[in-house]
Amino acid sequence: MNQGKSALLVMGCPEVPVQISMVIYLAHKLKKAGWDVTVAGTNAPVKLLKVADPESYYVQKMADLDQTIADIVEKKYDYDICFAFMHSDAGMTYGATFSAISHARLFAVVFGKNAEALGESIDYPAEKIVAVATHNPGPLKNKIDKVAL
Amino acid sequence: MSCIEQLKYRLYLERTSFKEAREYIEKNSEEVYYVDPGYRIFKDYYIIGIPPVAMGVRGKELLFTYVKPCHGTFVMGIDSDEEIARLRENEARKVKGSLKKADKAKAESSSPPASFAEIYRK
Repeated sequence: MNQGKSALLVMGCPEVPVQISMVIYLAHKLKKAGWDVTVAGTNAPVKLLKVADPESYYVQKMADLDQTIADIVEKKYDYDICFAFMHSDAGMTYGATFSAISHARLFAVVFGKNAEALGESIDYPAEKIVAVATHNPGPLKNKIDKVAL
Repeated sequence: MSCIEQLKYRLYLERTSFKEAREYIEKNSEEVYYVDPGYRIFKDYYIIGIPPVAMGVRGKELLFTYVKPCHGTFVMGIDSDEEIARLRENEARKVKGSLKKADKAKAESSSPPASFAEIYRK
């Protein structure tokens, strides 16, 4: 049913541990459901992901975050769905950018200590997945599992 | 990495929130323009931001926000007559576009009202 549809997972700063865990989990889950998954990030989270998944078993496609934004703005590529991971003001700003430039159905995945306040401040079009989670991915995983695609 | 970091730039705010950076630009520029996220400057930098994204002109200097996921938002200034001219042209196009829309709406609303005779015939 989702065959041929594309999903983009946007990683923010990797300083909160649950992010990498949830990106790997979600990428695998989407892939099993037939989605063509790309994970984008800056050097730091991409390196963490490559070390955690050396054989690209869970994540097959990785992309540079700036290049991904450039490709969408220049209309070279776009996605059907986008999960933007965020736990800081900068992450929120990237989420707003994806909301503005992409036609993808956008999910703002908000986590970290201040997840609730950050989630409330999102005023751009996005479906919010908010969980106060830093080390324990459980609360965020439970909310992601409830998303109907 | 964008070529911006290789250019000669000045930093006015570092590691701040996007809102504070926008306010700084609005308060410290001679001219302020608002662009959409994804607006391209200096060949390969696409502006990251929460709309409305402010860009400022101060003399020959372009003031803009630069966001890095792990470091927050920066306000940068780079001298560039070319980028300032492009920004002003972009604004002029937007104004022209909105004026056209307004003219069209005015034309539609100023069409003559239906006459009583026509309605009566129906």
